[in-house]
This record gives sequence, structure tokens and C-alpha cells, in this order.
Amino acid sequence: MKSKLGLSGAKVTAARKLADKIAVPVQKFIGAHTTVTVERATLRLMGADMADSNGVPVPNAVVDSLKGNLGGGAARWYANALVKTGKSPSELNTEIAGGLDISKLPLADARAIEKKGAELVSAFDKKVSANVAHRNERLAKYKENMHSPLLYVIVATGNIYEDVKQAQAAALQGADIIAVIRTTAQSLLDYVPFGATTEGFGGTYATQENFRIMRKALDEVEAQTKRYIRLVNYASGLCMPEIAAMGAIERLDMMLNDSMYGILFRDINMYRTFVDQNFSRMINARAEIIINTGEDNYLTTSDAVEKAHTVLASQLINERFALNAGMKTKFMGLGHAFEMNPDIKNGFLYEMAQAQMAREIFPEHPLKYMPPTKFMTGDVFKGFAMNAMFNFVSKATGQSIHLLGMLTEAIHTPFLQDRYLAIKNALYVMENMNDFGDDIEFKKNGIMVTRAKQVLDETLEFMRDVEKETLFNAIEKGLFAEVKRPKNGGKGFEGVTEKGPDYWNPFETYLKRELGVKEAAKCK
Amino acid sequence: MQIKPYGDTLNDGAVQLSFTLPVKCSGKAREAARLYVLKLGFKHCNVVEASPLSDEFTFFVAYAHTDVAIDYDKVDYVEAVSNVMNMDGVNDFIREKIKRKVVVVGACTGTDAHTVGIDAIMNMKGYNHHYGLERYPMLEAYNLGAQVPNEKFIEFARKNNADALLISQVVTQKDVHVQNLTNLIELLEAEHLRDKFIVIAGGPRISNKLALELGYDAGFGSGTYADHVATFIVRKMEEKLNR
Repeated sequence: MKSKLGLSGAKVTAARKLADKIAVPVQKFIGAHTTVTVERATLRLMGADMADSNGVPVPNAVVDSLKGNLGGGAARWYANALVKTGKSPSELNTEIAGGLDISKLPLADARAIEKKGAELVSAFDKKVSANVAHRNERLAKYKENMHSPLLYVIVATGNIYEDVKQAQAAALQGADIIAVIRTTAQSLLDYVPFGATTEGFGGTYATQENFRIMRKALDEVEAQTKRYIRLVNYASGLCMPEIAAMGAIERLDMMLNDSMYGILFRDINMYRTFVDQNFSRMINARAEIIINTGEDNYLTTSDAVEKAHTVLASQLINERFALNAGMKTKFMGLGHAFEMNPDIKNGFLYEMAQAQMAREIFPEHPLKYMPPTKFMTGDVFKGFAMNAMFNFVSKATGQSIHLLGMLTEAIHTPFLQDRYLAIKNALYVMENMNDFGDDIEFKKNGIMVTRAKQVLDETLEFMRDVEKETLFNAIEKGLFAEVKRPKNGGKGFEGVTEKGPDYWNPFETYLKRELGVKEAAKCK
Repeated sequence: MQIKPYGDTLNDGAVQLSFTLPVKCSGKAREAARLYVLKLGFKHCNVVEASPLSDEFTFFVAYAHTDVAIDYDKVDYVEAVSNVMNMDGVNDFIREKIKRKVVVVGACTGTDAHTVGIDAIMNMKGYNHHYGLERYPMLEAYNLGAQVPNEKFIEFARKNNADALLISQVVTQKDVHVQNLTNLIELLEAEHLRDKFIVIAGGPRISNKLALELGYDAGFGSGTYADHVATFIVRKMEEKLNR
């Protein structure tokens, strides 16, 4: 694609170098630590599942039994229990759910444990390879039928079976991607609930069974839609890596996964989030799941015109952390949003400049573009017009993942017809102006070119400040999203543990090897 | 005064409707939609659009007329606040009549994770060119964010000698907001703190009427700015002082 903005390549390179430097101390910390949910995710990858009669999931029961002794990792104990009991993972899960404390079992010979670990890694590798192959085969088969950008809608009834009806209807209307929004507050649960669920507020619990139910439902409509419908859920909150593990196993296609969202917008401890996001991204990367980052949130809490540079800075930081987790750029769905006040004169030009800038700076990335929410009102008719403008910018600037705006955004979780109207709006606008982006050039030193240049300059300045402060201090001082988060504050800090000399995690080793992640990150 | 909706002539009673029925799109479905609208009490229904949403659902747009009228003079509603003051007006009012800083504590309490409402009212920046309460020199404003348990919220308010509490609720599925708002009032009453604070509810689905029914001093819905809330707080405080 020919550049319209003529941004300075040297400045973009400088910004990427700053992101690299910003990530260095954080990556050092990550390499030396694990968390309760990283260990639980590892157990899930090994086959741990189910919950006891009080609803405590098996991975939690195991990790809780190792309290104060987690520096060696949890994997050894699970592998050991399999060796000692001679049971399969699902048989062992039943035993643990019934009260077996595997931390009390004497340790078998290290070689036997390692052999068991290798066996479980191989089983997971087979499973995830099959998922990737299945997805790629379907994507190739239906290549011509997918929309560009991909049309993304959400379902959020709280009841997975009701979600299924709405998701299938949306897919038939033209949606390419279905996201099941999580129930409010799940991000703050330090466990993943078990089983199918029919109760939730503003969304539906992310559980492995719910993933399975929705995956099956979307595969069912494939024959009718002649498209592979992608499924999205949230690898965010206190269980980032565990949900990533579930997503890899159940063939989710995209996951919300931001390196700093939990810290800033959910008050989760920063050390916890940094360690968790790294492991979750390695799992996502191996499963070839596209991550969606959450830069849109910067614009709902701060002004979209004044704080545009924080979006670009966050995109660059998210890109760097994803690279450090071995992820390829084609799986990085960096986020941004159409959130300027609709009363601003020429606001449309600023929005278009920002979207075009993201496209030019991140040419291979499946950028995720979010619709207007902050300035949506009960005036659904004006809202529908705003969404048309958003659809226009998205198509004209070649965005990849397009979250459809709902005319009732400010009112309720979408009605069946709201999604239909949104899809109709997008298909009309995007078909009608299909090649518009290719057909135009931007005026040299015009409003859009000037605006993009200004945002890039501000981003550089901002990132220099962050680099000087270090990312930890910058977050503590409120440089991002005007939210201050103390280093040792927030939720989940007690779940962070330094890795001991005997730390053993065959899945971490396997993921790093597969993804080409350098061990250098581990040095102090 | 009897009134009816106005389409293009006085008292024509014209109403626009849109809805979905759980049936496959067909001529029969369209007729069912028309009859359904008539059953709602409308006259002369015209179904102008029927679109299939899937094999099981059809979306309709319809226009209809109604004979039902309402006596406007008998409508009972009290606005939470009238003659709204701007930021400077509120600050002058506090300096002259209250003579000390007013402490306001706000949060989106319960399980609701949305800060957009409380931020619009409280953040320095405000919303749509209306500065938030944090900007008011004569206010000491604390925004505790989202997912704050009601107990912690009250504890913070007590420790900081709050004058007014702002509770934002955005998620309203299954009336979760009503349960949470009721819980807060019950906690305040149990601790004999209800009269110590001016307690205000806010959110896109909150009306003054609902808030009063739930035992709040006022409720603010969409279209509210910090000015409205601040004006209400300081007038109410003056009222309390003069009591």
C-alpha cells in the first residue's frame, strides 16, 4: 500500500527502539518470576480440569496446596501424581476433585517425571497443531467469502444457550467474528469457573465448557454461511494465561490480550499482569490465536484528540511485549478506536488520520478498530449515522478487524435486530466505497498529514518520558490513561513468586523453543 | 391538556415502531406483525419493512396511529434540579453559604465495571466541555472507580467526612442496579448513616423518580453533567444547614 501520510521512517524506527528499551527491565522481571495463574495454566495444558463439590477448580486446588512452595512450579507435582498413581489426567482430576492432595505424594525419580512431562507436552502439541491445521484449512477454503475488514459482533446475554442463538443469527447475517462478552467482574476472579453457565450480568462466564458450546455452534453454521466464523474470548484479568490455555485447546481464534489493560483499568497488580501476559501470549502465539489489544480504553477514559499519542505508544509497547513472547506480527490485532467528540469540526479528518497512521506504522498487523461508544446516546438515529462514518473510515484506511458499532450502544446489550442493522450499515458503506482508499491521496501538509505527524511527534516525546522513568514508575505516576497504580498495590500481587533454582515447567520450555523465544530474557 | 404523539398533524397519534418476532420471514409473518401492532391498541398499522434476521427471526418496522391520549397537567414529576449553576456559580455559592470545602465521594459500586458514568461527572476533564467535580476548587472530590464494594465505599466516605455520595450504575441487566442501589441504602441505614450524607444515584437508566423510590436524595440519568450534580449537592447542603 502506498503511503498517504509520508511519516518519517526514522521517527517510527526511533519509537520502536524506545518500546524495546521500555520493555527490557519488565522482561527481566518476567523471566525471573511465575504466578499462581501461570502455574494453573500450565496444569491446564497438562490436562488438569474439573472442579470439586465446592466449585474449586482442580488447577486451583493443586496450586493452593503448594502455597509458599511455588518457586519450583506446579508441573512437577502433577506429573509426579500421574507417574505415582498410573492414572490418566482425567482420572487424576476426579481424584483431586475428590480430595486427593498431590503435594503430599512422595516424588518419583526425576527422569520418570520428566518423561511424563514430555509425554503431556507432546499430547498438547498434537492437539493444538490439529486446531491450527483445521482453522487454516477452513480459512483457505472460504477465503473469497470473508469480509474485509472482518465484521466483529458481540453477544452478551449471560446465558450461553441464548448466546448461541444470537451468534448463529449474526453469522448468517454476515458477521465474520463472534465475541462472547464476559460477565462483569469475572476479570477479578482468581479462578476460572467450571461448566456451562446460564447466569451472568452484562455477559457470560468464560468457561471451557462454554467455549466448547459456542465453538460447536459456530462450526455448525459454516456450511450455510460458507465462511469460517471466528470465535473470540478474553485472555484478560487475573486468569489471563489459563483462559489462553482453554482457548488454545478449544480452538478459539482471537483473544483479547493487552499487556497493560488489567493494570490500568482493572487495578490488577502490575508485576502480576506483566508475568501473566507474557505466558498467555506464548500460548496464544503457539495456537496462532490473534490477540486483540485494548487501546480503545485509553480514549474512553481520556480525550481522544488530546491523548491520541497514548494509543500509538501503547500499540508499540503491546507490539514489543508480543514480539518478546514469540508472536508474529500477523497475529497482533493492535487496537484503536473512533471515539472523538462528534461535535468537533473536522473530527472525521482526525479520526481518518489516526486510523491511516496505525495502518502505515503497522502494515502487517490485523488492526482492530473499535466503534464510537463514549458519545453514543439514546438518539439511536444519530448513533446510526456515527457508525456509518466509522464504517467509512475503517474501510478507507484498510483496517482488519472491525468491531461493529451498535445504534443502541448507550442503552442495552444488543438486541437481535441491532446487530442486523449494524451489519447492514457496514456492508452497504463498505461495498459502496470499496476502492475509495486506493483511489485517493492525502493533500501534502493538509489537515490529515499534519495531524498524523503531530501525533507521532507527541508519541516519541511521551515514550522518551516513559523510558526515562521506567515503565513501572510511569504507571505509578499516572502517565497512562491518567490512572495511578502503585507497584505493590492492586489485585493479585500475592500470587507472584520468584522462580527457584529448581523451577520446572516443561510447557514453558516447549513454548519458548517452538516460538524461538530467547532465554536472554531470564538473566538478571 | 390532553396530548397525543405528533406525526405531521396535531393529534394524529403517529408512532414509529420496530421489533423482532421469532418467526421465519414471510407474508404471514408480516401480517402477524400488523395484527400484533393493532392488538397493542394502535389503529391503521402499516408494516413498512420486514427483514429476515435468520430462519427463525424477522425484524419489522411499522408505523401506526393511536387514539390514546394523556392529560399532561396530571403528570407528576419533579426534576432533580432546576436553574442549574455552572462551575463558577457553584464555587461562589459554597464560599458564600457553606463557607468550607464540600467533600464528594463517588464510585461505580457493586460488580459493575463501567467507570464511564462516574468519570464523566467527576474526572477533572469532565465530559462534553463540562468540567468534572475534581476541577471545582471548592469541592474535595474522590473518584474511587469501579467495582467498589458498597461496604468499602461507605467506610471511605465516613473516614473522609463526605458530605455527598455519588453512586453510578451502568449495567442494568436483570435489575442488578436496583439490587445494588437498595443494598447501599440498607447498609447506610443499618449503620445509622443515612442522614449524614446526601446520597445520589446516577446512570443512563436512572431517573430521579426511581432514585427517590429507592430512598436516594436524587437520581440523574443520561444528559447529566457535573453542573447538575454539583448544583443539587450545594443547594441540598444549604437546605440542611438552615434546617
